[in-house]
Amino acid sequence: MIFKVFQAGEMETLFGLLSVNRIVGPVEKGRDVDGKPLYDFDVVYDFKDLKLDYGQTIHSAKNYFLPYRENLCTFTFDNGDWQKEVDFGADRAHVFFGLHSCDINALNKLDKVLMGNIYPNPFYGAKRSNMFIVGYSCTPTPSCFCHSMGTDSVLHGFDLFLTRMGDEYFAEVQSARAYHILERMETREPTHEDHLHFRKTTSKKRSLFTCEVDTSDLTKILDMEFESEVWEKWGDKCLSCGTCANVCPTCYCYGVEEEVNMDFSHARKVKQLYSCNLVDFAEVAGGHNFRPESSTRLKYRYYHKHRGFVEAYEESLCVGCGRCGNACLADITVPEVIASVREGEK
Amino acid sequence: MKTERTFLGVPIVKPKVGFFDLSSCEGCQLQMLNNEASLLDFLSLVEIVNFREGMKEKSDDYDIAFVEGSVTRADEEERLKIIRRNAGVVVALGSCACFGGVNQLKNRFNDLEWVKRQVYGDFPIETQEAKPISAFVKVDLEIYGCPIKKEEVEKIVTKLVLGQEITHPNYPVCMECKANENVCLFDLGEPCLGPVTRAGCDSWCPSNRMGCWGCRGPAPAANLKQLEKIAEQKNISKERLLDRLECFGGFGEAAREMRTKVEGGR
Ligand code: SF4
Ligand code: SF4
Ligand code: SF4
Ligand code: SF4
Repeated sequence: MIFKVFQAGEMETLFGLLSVNRIVGPVEKGRDVDGKPLYDFDVVYDFKDLKLDYGQTIHSAKNYFLPYRENLCTFTFDNGDWQKEVDFGADRAHVFFGLHSCDINALNKLDKVLMGNIYPNPFYGAKRSNMFIVGYSCTPTPSCFCHSMGTDSVLHGFDLFLTRMGDEYFAEVQSARAYHILERMETREPTHEDHLHFRKTTSKKRSLFTCEVDTSDLTKILDMEFESEVWEKWGDKCLSCGTCANVCPTCYCYGVEEEVNMDFSHARKVKQLYSCNLVDFAEVAGGHNFRPESSTRLKYRYYHKHRGFVEAYEESLCVGCGRCGNACLADITVPEVIASVREGEK
Repeated sequence: MKTERTFLGVPIVKPKVGFFDLSSCEGCQLQMLNNEASLLDFLSLVEIVNFREGMKEKSDDYDIAFVEGSVTRADEEERLKIIRRNAGVVVALGSCACFGGVNQLKNRFNDLEWVKRQVYGDFPIETQEAKPISAFVKVDLEIYGCPIKKEEVEKIVTKLVLGQEITHPNYPVCMECKANENVCLFDLGEPCLGPVTRAGCDSWCPSNRMGCWGCRGPAPAANLKQLEKIAEQKNISKERLLDRLECFGGFGEAAREMRTKVEGGR
């Protein structure tokens, strides 16, 4: 890995250099009742709108690479003949400016699922290969538990990763593209002092986590606690609203619907992100519902993230971003659910 | 002359449809006329033989009847039964027809005579409890919303004409609201019925920074008990919550129970 250091003031130069493409970054969306700012990812046109010191955004950035709604194909009917048109929806490149390590790790996990098998998803792949990522080191919020999930640092899947160190930025350079962009700015080589400073900064960050999930032996424990009554307790609270999946950077389940134009000239297959907490997620043709109770649906969301995926990929599908817990109106959070499953151990 | 249309080689019949209104604001029908851009396409899909909001001609020969409004008078009951006899498919159009709608708010008062005097003064009219049309006739399809969402009706009617299965979203408004990346109204201190209300409106109200009033009625897995707890936790009074739950009639029994609990607790 190549490292560079640059003055904080150069950040705006970097933004300017990258703004030949569409930049997506954290912006302020408003303030909550207590006056606390609410952040989300959006297209940023002005450097002043980029809020790099956001704690956590409400939603992940997935709408840009795994849209909530997406046209899979369009059919055109004409005189008894028909044509099919497929558009992967990667008409432009995106620069993601300010993704935290959790979200870049989330992309790496999605890569494994959506591109790493025999049927890679071209809709995702086209967008994924058309992005430039500037990672940004964070300060943990009270609901972040990425350190428990091993996603508090990231080793690949970005172009540039920046860590604030006093008046300067420490830059990890992953790609040739990033290297050439930095060539057009004022940077310097890091000294041994800088390396130490960087390591102190990251270990300081690690000490700031207040939220934790014990993942040791978790796949086995989940198997043992399949019948546990805690699932009922969480199921009673659950609104079956799908918010947790919609804000999650790694939830990728979807449904497909067909639509025909009123004049019968066109038809479309439309994909819509779905959630395993929704009442009809496991309903099959003929009307049988394999998971009619909210407790079972909620349980399976946890089983997919923390058990099934771990057994398949040796890592969890949860990156500990805390978004689902923040957004859940019923206050269902990953740390509390997992702790309740493990209760009685200590 | 009707030119026969086909879809994927299969001839498609253009059904005759009628729009009818009982007690309502006729806003749902107006919605249908609202978007001129797609009106002609809609007219190519069906043959409209009855539509007071849009034409003078009338006919009793129709396959599909869209009925807007709730039943609040005896003569409406009769009209509705005739419509049912004439039509192959009866569609309840909008929340008044589906749940009683805003009209059913008057049912909360024990003394309907008093209501009549308050509203109509010296010009009393005949009026009874407001009820959804399903209280009187068999309803084949319900289209929710106050008002209905034109795009949704167009999609449904297209499926009806093509003989495809018609399904409503079974998830609540939150699902659409989050997909629209809105800030949650609860974070802004406002109540919202999004967590318990059936989606389909593309989170119309929250996308305009207004909490949902539940006009589409309950989602199949609506967890009202939890919504009550959430409101309590966020210092939103039961009365404010009830205001919304009672507004369109969709939450019927559940809202009545909550009302009884609130009044009983006073
Ligand atoms: S866990 Fe929370 S966010 Fe997820 S479906 Fe249940 S209530 Fe909604
Ligand atoms: S499950 Fe929750 S904490 Fe884990 S990645 Fe998804 S949104 Fe973040
Ligand atoms: S604003 Fe309403 S619909 Fe949107 S997420 Fe919040 S509760 Fe759900
Ligand atoms: S958000 Fe609620 S009140 Fe508004 S249109 Fe949708 S269902 Fe009706």
